[in-house]
Amino acid sequence: MLTKRIIPCLDVKGGRVVKGVQFLELRDAGDPVEIAEMYDQQGADELTFLDITASSDQRDIIIDVVRRTAERVFMPLTVGGGIRNVDDIRRLLNAGADKTSINTAAVNRPEFVKEAAERFGSQCTVVAIDARRVPGEHRWEVYTHGGRNPTGIDVIEWAIRMEGYGSGEILLTSMDCDGTKDGYDLELTRAVVDAVSIPVIASGGVGNLEHLFDGFTKAGASACLAASIFHYREYTIGQAKEYLHDKGVAVRL
Amino acid sequence: MIAIIDYGMGNLRSVQKGFEKVGAEAVVTADPNKILEADRIVLPGVGAFRDCMSNLEQAGFVEPILKVIAEGRPFLGICVGMQLLFTDSVEFGKYNGLNLIPGHVLRFPDKMTVAGEKLKVPQMGWNQLHFQHRPPVLESIEEGSNVYFVHSYYVIPDDKSVIATTTGYGVEFCSSVWKDNIIATQFHPEKSQGVGLRILKNFAELK
Repeated sequence: MLTKRIIPCLDVKGGRVVKGVQFLELRDAGDPVEIAEMYDQQGADELTFLDITASSDQRDIIIDVVRRTAERVFMPLTVGGGIRNVDDIRRLLNAGADKTSINTAAVNRPEFVKEAAERFGSQCTVVAIDARRVPGEHRWEVYTHGGRNPTGIDVIEWAIRMEGYGSGEILLTSMDCDGTKDGYDLELTRAVVDAVSIPVIASGGVGNLEHLFDGFTKAGASACLAASIFHYREYTIGQAKEYLHDKGVAVRL
Repeated sequence: MIAIIDYGMGNLRSVQKGFEKVGAEAVVTADPNKILEADRIVLPGVGAFRDCMSNLEQAGFVEPILKVIAEGRPFLGICVGMQLLFTDSVEFGKYNGLNLIPGHVLRFPDKMTVAGEKLKVPQMGWNQLHFQHRPPVLESIEEGSNVYFVHSYYVIPDDKSVIATTTGYGVEFCSSVWKDNIIATQFHPEKSQGVGLRILKNFAELK
């Protein structure tokens, strides 16, 4: 049967990993390629690079990071952050990315998702949704620009629309939970999982292994994205998978 | 020399890098004449069946592909590159393929549930291989090995004896075929870490 995926996410800025530099000590401040290799050896199911480089003139740096990673790591690689047009996607795929995730550009112009899916296929068109709970209500709103700008768009309606436009997967981040280490927003994740037929990746808030278990079992996520619990070596990916396996979740060991 | 057919569809670099990693020389080529010079050929593919097929035709690859296969050179189809070898596909209408392996390409059924959860389409992630036959290219791959899939459609060969492995996703589908010098995988060996690299190595070393 299809196994549940564990996906470490690396925030990359100017070609360096900006989260989780502690464990690499002085030898290296955080080379994304080296960290990707480490996660590869630990048995990660995919890798995600989130390019948070601010200036557009540094876009070539992430291309180079992707190229070097793809030479050494033979597993699926998703790249997100700052993707604005079809040419951005083409260059990342040519460099060795397998999927690209589109966030703000999809909100600005939803047809972009359709164009990307028609040109490159749904399988490499991930739509990233940053969601925030509307206070006092049982619904969530889509945010852009790293969770700063509200859009007024309902998350569930947006996810369904993006599926219709050809997105092959949803990367769903709870802005309320992100950084809290209190666990995923299970209610949000379950609502999106039930609303669409494409896979949903849960993101934002994981602090321990039980949170991964809940993301898969209670929320029904196809994959769980995590950053800090792996970066700071609180757990290895292998430990996470052993834990999930012991609790009856199908994972690739 | 291994030629990887570049017809404007998909990430060919990782296939090439996979072969290089296992010590085999591979070139990515958009020149149909180049594949006639290769001793083994790879047809990758992502995206829609009809787009892949029409690009293959427009780039002039159909004749050379039929020729090298008829000559018995080892040929590897990956993902949509596997589906293209079949008679037809129902993706976005009905479209004809190369018909080298009689059979059809169908979509995973909608609204199926497995263990209480809705079956997601595309199937995306790692799933297991169950052997029906063991072609040389899958030599030393263990029963139940996990490989990486991304697809919404799967093949049904008319002749079941060409099925090398099956994989379960709502249905038990054909995840690789072997017919004479043709081997084709629905999964991505170039994305399947050690197991996938072993398959690429086996292909590069086929006699």
